[in-house]
Amino acid sequence: MSDATTSGVDERIKQQSRLRRALIRPELGGICGTIIVFLLFLLFASDSGMFAAQGIMNWSIVSAQFMIIAVGACLLMIAGEFDLSVGSMIGFAGMMIAVFGVVLAWPMWIAILITFALCLALGALNGWIVIKTGLPSFIVTLAFLFILRGFTIYIPQTIERKTIIGGIRDAAEGDWLAPFFGAKIGQPIFQWLGDIGVIETFQRGTRAGQPVIEGIPMLVVWALLLIIVGHLLLTRTRFGNWIFASGGDAEAARNSGVPVNKVKISMFMFTAFCATVFAVCQVMEFGSAGADRGLLKEFEAIIAVVIGGALLTGGYGSVIGAALGALIFGVVQQGLFFAGVESSLFRVFLGLILLGAVILNTYIRRIITGER
Amino acid sequence: MTEPIIQMKNIEKHFGSVIALAGVSVDVYPGECHCLLGDNGAGKSTFIKTMSGVHQPTHGEIYFEGKPLHFADPRDAISAGIATVHQHLAMIPLMSVSRNFFMGNEPIKKIGPMNFFDHDYANRVTMEEMRKMGINLRGPDQAVGTLSGGERQTVAIARAVHFGAKVLILDEPTSALGVRQTANVLATIDKVRKQGIAVVFITHNVRHALAVGDQFTVLNRGKTLGTAKRGEITPDELQDLMAGGQEMAQLEGSLGGTV
Ligand SMILES: Nc1ncnc2c1ncn2[C@@H]1O[C@H](COP(=O)(O)OP(=O)(O)O)[C@@H](O)[C@H]1O
Ligand SMILES: [Mg+2]
Repeated sequence: MSDATTSGVDERIKQQSRLRRALIRPELGGICGTIIVFLLFLLFASDSGMFAAQGIMNWSIVSAQFMIIAVGACLLMIAGEFDLSVGSMIGFAGMMIAVFGVVLAWPMWIAILITFALCLALGALNGWIVIKTGLPSFIVTLAFLFILRGFTIYIPQTIERKTIIGGIRDAAEGDWLAPFFGAKIGQPIFQWLGDIGVIETFQRGTRAGQPVIEGIPMLVVWALLLIIVGHLLLTRTRFGNWIFASGGDAEAARNSGVPVNKVKISMFMFTAFCATVFAVCQVMEFGSAGADRGLLKEFEAIIAVVIGGALLTGGYGSVIGAALGALIFGVVQQGLFFAGVESSLFRVFLGLILLGAVILNTYIRRIITGER
Repeated sequence: MTEPIIQMKNIEKHFGSVIALAGVSVDVYPGECHCLLGDNGAGKSTFIKTMSGVHQPTHGEIYFEGKPLHFADPRDAISAGIATVHQHLAMIPLMSVSRNFFMGNEPIKKIGPMNFFDHDYANRVTMEEMRKMGINLRGPDQAVGTLSGGERQTVAIARAVHFGAKVLILDEPTSALGVRQTANVLATIDKVRKQGIAVVFITHNVRHALAVGDQFTVLNRGKTLGTAKRGEITPDELQDLMAGGQEMAQLEGSLGGTV
């Protein structure tokens, strides 16, 4: 699990086959899958514009969306729990931003901060119920899937008589916090790249001369940030060891003095945090909050995590793997679109790759544990 | 003789209407191996869990180094120097040996304002300690799941000793092991005892107990029939006690009249 060097410890280490060592890394499936997917699309869809600047930005953004929720789901799954309420939480958080920021017309930064606080509290509540009742998190968060979705539809219907609330972009105008979720960065670089002809520029219209890519959305920055922080937290800190331990065997971890309940509840909160980041970026981009936002996101997150090599039973997995799983997800979904393939086939692909990943993971688990 | 490091006085533990322990007293001395024997369900695990902070006794007192003590949770007991290798749940198979070794005691390396898990240190110490115990790992990142049962027990014991345990509690470390692995674990217990650590060794195998024990306490349905010293009791007598104490009357003398 760690790749730290062990200089001059034991000559037997060097004899261990590098291949076998690489095999038991959780990211293996994700790395192979990523290579295969890119090779396939390079071979069969390279002329579709998928690998032009705009195309790359397109699947990067979609992948980044998957990555944000996959990081949360990954750490939670390694800690031994699931959160099926992620998708509903996304819808709920977006709607709360709209209610606070547009309907109540509070300053956007207050709306955002209160929404974060509310969602983190809901995440903690999820975790607290799971710990206190000893029920599977699968059931507890399934309840929250319905509860939160219900409120997300009920609240705007009751106060505004509609299920979509717009005007968020106007409300966020001039706010100091909103750009951290809605802005694009690096415009000068892209302008320069456009000027020297590396990326295309608009030929006509009001934006003539401007590059086709304005800048990198904060959504992508958040995705990268969460991946880096999540990866370091998991592999390089004491808390990361507690996450593995809590999911590997909660009782054994407790007996060794690991504060398992605290770890699990914080991971539920972290998942809620990721869902809220997703929601805020989304409402800033769309300028509106809709009651159906985030549908099925919890499953997409879990699939990305499993493709990334995590075990559904907890205690094993990798943030990098989950991020690669999300990348595969995004590239294939958008790639099929670019290649003009019927989009329903994406679901067939998804089912197949999920099955393949779970089988591979089970096999790897046998190798690691010597199986019993 | 030296002072006992732990004195358990009249410990009772009730789980709802179940009386798992009905007043058990035991003294444990440093540098000695105290064997706790008894059939399944006798209350051995429950007893040592009150010693290691997992359970709070319903009645009774615990003295540690002469002072009364209350453990709120296992962390308290661990920091006081009481290390426990529990019956089934000692190690996490999916995690590496080094991560298991330092679980709950992770070494920290500061980089700027941030605290990081010091993997280099953890890996080095793990390899060293394992070699001292006679286990050659492929590497510190070898998963515990690939170790044999005896090796896992040894990792757990080495871990406890490394973190300065004064009392080492082993709950049936040999019950799932083969002959050679059992011999290894018993040898490890002997090594640990010679370092001056008090060992509490739970088993229901009389031969394993007699191989390393200095004192023997038999539990039967939550009660103790007293403690015998090495040499005061024969294997047959010990076996009979475990079987339910039919020969109790004859044994009264050798058990110091506490029956
Ligand atoms: N947490 C618990 N809740 C209820 N009953 C328990 C609990 N732990 C142990 N017991 C009961 O206490 C008795 C002693 O169990 P235990 O200490 O595990 O025995 P041993 O380790 O000697 O085999 C058993 O009857 C068991 O069912
Ligand atoms: Mg037991």
